[in-house]
Amino acid sequence: MITLEKFQTLLPFVTATVKGEVISLEVPAEKLLEAATALKNKGYDYLRDIVGIDYGNTFGVMLSISHPFLSDEIVVLKATTANRENPVFPSVISLWKSADLYEREVHDFFGISFSGNPDMRRIFLRQDWNGYPLRKEYDTTPELNPIPTENEDLDALENLPKINVNANSKFEIQHSIFEKEEYVVNFGPQHPATHGVLHLRVALEGEIIKKIDPNFGYIHRGIEKISETYTYPQILHLTDRLDYLSGAINRHGLCLAVEKGLELEVPQRAHYIRTIIDELTRIASHILGWGCMCMDMGAITAFVYGMRDREKIMDIFEETCGGRLMANYSTIGGVMSDIHPNFQRKVKEFIPYMRKMLKEHHLLFTGNPIARGRMDGVGHLSREHAISLGATGPVGRASGWRNDIRKIEPYAAYSKTEFTEMQRSEGMTFDRYIIRLDEIEESLKIVEQLIDNIPGGNYCAKAKAIIKLPEGDYFQRVENARGEFCVFITSRGDKYPYRIHFRSPSMTLVNVLKAITPGTKIADLIMLGGSLDYVIPCIDR
Amino acid sequence: MFHFKVITGWIDALLRTFLNDGWTLTVEFVLIGIVLLTVYAVIALMLIWAERKICAFFQCRLGPTRVGPFGLLQSVADMIKILLKEIIRLNKADRRLFRLASFLVIIASLCTFGAIPFDKGLHAIDFNIGVFYLLAVSSLGVVGILLAGWSSNSKYTMIGAMRSGAQLISYELSCGLSLMTVVILSGTMQLSQIVEQQATGWFIFKGGIPALIAFVVYLIAGHAETNRGPFDLPEAESELTAGYHTEYSGIQFGFFYLAEYLNMFIIAAIASTMFLGGWMPLHISGWDRFNQVMDYIPPVVWFFGKTAFCVFMALWVRWSFPRLRIDQLLKLEWKILMPISFANIVLMAIWVLLFN
Repeated sequence: MITLEKFQTLLPFVTATVKGEVISLEVPAEKLLEAATALKNKGYDYLRDIVGIDYGNTFGVMLSISHPFLSDEIVVLKATTANRENPVFPSVISLWKSADLYEREVHDFFGISFSGNPDMRRIFLRQDWNGYPLRKEYDTTPELNPIPTENEDLDALENLPKINVNANSKFEIQHSIFEKEEYVVNFGPQHPATHGVLHLRVALEGEIIKKIDPNFGYIHRGIEKISETYTYPQILHLTDRLDYLSGAINRHGLCLAVEKGLELEVPQRAHYIRTIIDELTRIASHILGWGCMCMDMGAITAFVYGMRDREKIMDIFEETCGGRLMANYSTIGGVMSDIHPNFQRKVKEFIPYMRKMLKEHHLLFTGNPIARGRMDGVGHLSREHAISLGATGPVGRASGWRNDIRKIEPYAAYSKTEFTEMQRSEGMTFDRYIIRLDEIEESLKIVEQLIDNIPGGNYCAKAKAIIKLPEGDYFQRVENARGEFCVFITSRGDKYPYRIHFRSPSMTLVNVLKAITPGTKIADLIMLGGSLDYVIPCIDR
Repeated sequence: MFHFKVITGWIDALLRTFLNDGWTLTVEFVLIGIVLLTVYAVIALMLIWAERKICAFFQCRLGPTRVGPFGLLQSVADMIKILLKEIIRLNKADRRLFRLASFLVIIASLCTFGAIPFDKGLHAIDFNIGVFYLLAVSSLGVVGILLAGWSSNSKYTMIGAMRSGAQLISYELSCGLSLMTVVILSGTMQLSQIVEQQATGWFIFKGGIPALIAFVVYLIAGHAETNRGPFDLPEAESELTAGYHTEYSGIQFGFFYLAEYLNMFIIAAIASTMFLGGWMPLHISGWDRFNQVMDYIPPVVWFFGKTAFCVFMALWVRWSFPRLRIDQLLKLEWKILMPISFANIVLMAIWVLLFN
C-alpha cells in the first residue's frame, strides 16, 4: 500500500500495519522522539492523545497523531519498554503543546516517566497516592490509600518533582510553580463558575492574571479502571457519565467501537434515531453552554432562558429514552427501545420554537454593547495554537480549524444529511460564543432532514448475549458537543476490555485556558472558561 | 391634599401639653427612631419580595408563591430564618473590625434614609444643606465595605473590597455632580425647599435638557453606587463568590443584604425627590381639572410610586445586562460620565441664566 510505503521510507526503523483508517507504527522506545519529530515535520501537527497501556511484562504508550487537515488518516505510534521498575519514554512536549497533560495522565496512572517533560506531578490523584492504579498488579487494598482526612498540602501540589532517570529516588523537588511572594488565589474546587469541580490556582497581580495552574481529579471516579472489570454493555452506562452534557454522543461512540469490533450490521432505523438524539443532545449542550457563558459574565436571565429551552429537549428525551440528563439510549446493535409515538411530533414542534428562541437570544445578549465590550479583543487563540493544543470542537472551529468528525468521517446517518461545518477565522472570544449558536442552527437542519425520513424496520440488531470482542485494538471517534471524543479499546478476546481509554475533548480546553489567560483580568478568566465550555467529569473520568 | 403634617403636628402638640420642651424632643427622637427602624425593615422586606417577583417575571418563572398570598410572607420567613442562623466566628479575622463593618454599612444607609422627605411633615431631619448631608452620609458605607473586605482576611473579600473602593469613590463624583446641577436650578440645598419648588413643575421638565442629562447620569451612577448588576463587581458572584461579604454569616450578612436593598431604595428616593418632584403630584399648568384629580392622590403615594418606578428601572437593568469588567467600569466613569457631568453643570448654569 502506498501510505504504508510512505511511512516505511520516512521511518525505516518502524514496523507498519494498517487497519481501517488507523496506521500503526511500532517504534523502539528510544527512537520515539525521532519518529515523532519526523512526522511533525511532515505536517502532522495534531496530537490526538497519548494512551498508556500495561501489557503484563512491558509498558507501552500509543501516540495518536493526525494531519490537522487530512485527519481521516490516523497514525498511531506505538512504543514499549520492558523496564517495569522505572519505565521512561522520551517526552514529545517540545513538538505538541497538548502532550503536557496527556503525559501527566499516563504518568499518574502507569508510573511511566517522560524525560524532558518538566512537569511530572500527578494530575488526577493526590500527590501522596501510593501506587499506579492502571498497572495490572496494582494493589487495591483500602489500607494502602485510606480515605484522606486532611486537605492536600498545597505546597506539595505545586512542587515540580525532578525526574531522575537512573537513581531510585525519583521525586526530588525541583522548584515550585509559583514563587513565594506571588498572590495566589484558589478558584475552585467549589466556586460558582468552574463548571464542576475544577481547581485553578491563579497568581494575580492586582486584577491581572499572571499564571494559572489547573488541578484535576476532584471528581475522578476511575472509570477506565472500573471498565476493565465490566462487560461492554455495562461500560456503556459509564460513558453517559463522562461528559454528562453530551452523554448520548459518548455512548454512541463506544457502541460504534464495539459494533466495529463485532462487525455487527446496525439497522438504518437505529442509525437515524441515534443521529437525531445526538443532534438534540448537541443543541441542549450548546444552549446550556451559551447560558453558562452568559451567566459567567453576569447575565443570569440568559442562563434561565437557556435552561428553559433545554427543558424542551429533556422532555423529549424523557418520553423516548426514559432518562433526561442520562439518556442511556444507544446500545450495542442499535437503541434500547423504539421511539415514543409523540417523538416525531414533539421534535417537529421544537424546531420552529428553537429558531424563534435563537432570535430572542441574539436580541438579548449577542447585540448587547456590554457583552460585546467584554468579549472584544480578549482571548485570542490562533489556528496553529489551537491545533498544537489539540483544541477540537467549536473552539478549534472558531479559530478556523476544520475538525468536525461528522464531516471528516461521517458515521451513523450524517452522510445522508446536508449541513455546513460552521467555521470562523478570528479565534476570539466572540467567535467561540457565536459559533455555538450557529451550530445549533445547523443541528436543527440535520434533525429537520432526518425526522420525517426515519426508515422502518428493526431498531436494534440482535447481538449475542455475551459480547466478546476479538483480540486487537479498536478505535472510534465521534464529534461530541465539545470536540473529538475517542474510544480506544484493546481487547484480548474476553468479555471485558483489556484496556479502554476515552479521549476527553475538555482536557485540552483547560490547557487552552492556561495558554490564553495570562495578562487578562479575573473577570476575563471566568468568561474565557465559559467560552471554552469544558465539562469537568469528562476530564476527570 | 392630605399631608402627614396633620398627624405629626397633632402628636407634637399633644406631647407639648404634657411635657416641657426638652422631654418632648426626647420622646419625639425615640418615636422617630423606632418608626424609622420599622419602616426601614418593612421597606427592605417589601423590596426583597418585589425583586424576587420582578426577577421571576423577567426570567419566565413564578417567584415565591407558597408563603402567604402571592408569597408575600416569604421575606418575613427569610428574615426569621436569618435571625436564627449561626454567626460563624472566623479564626484569623480581625474580629472587632469584622463586626464593626456590618454596622457601619447599615448605619450609613439608615442615616441617609432618615433625611428623605416622604411627605410634608414626614421628614425627620431637614438641614439647609440637605443635599450635602445625603452625599456625605451615603458615602460612609464604603468605609464599612472596605473594612469588611480587609478584616475578613480572605483573598476574595480583599479583591471585592478593593474593587468596591475604586467603584464607589469614582461614581460618587458623577452622583454629586448631577445632584449639583439640580442645586443650581433650585438655588437651595434644603430638600423640603427643593420639593416645594417643584409644585409648579417637576425639575426634570423645568430643567429641560440639562436636567434630563443629569437624571440619566444620576440613575447610572446611583445604580453603580448600590453595587448591583451590571455594576456588581464588588460581589461578582461568578468571579468572587460573594465579594466583600463572602465570610459573613447570619444576621451580619443580613445587615449587608438589608443595606444593599435599602440603598437601592434610597438612590431611587433621591432621584424622585430631586428630579421627579418628590411627593408633589403631577401638575400640568392649564389643566385645572386634571390637577385637581391628581391632588386627591395622597403625597405619600406619589412619593412611593415615583420611587417604585425608579426601583423598577434598576431591577430591569440588573436582570438584563451582563457585568462590566473593572477597567470598563472605571473608564465609563472617568472618561464618559464625569466629563458629561461637568459639561452639564455649565449647560445648566447657562439654562438657568437664560430661562429663569
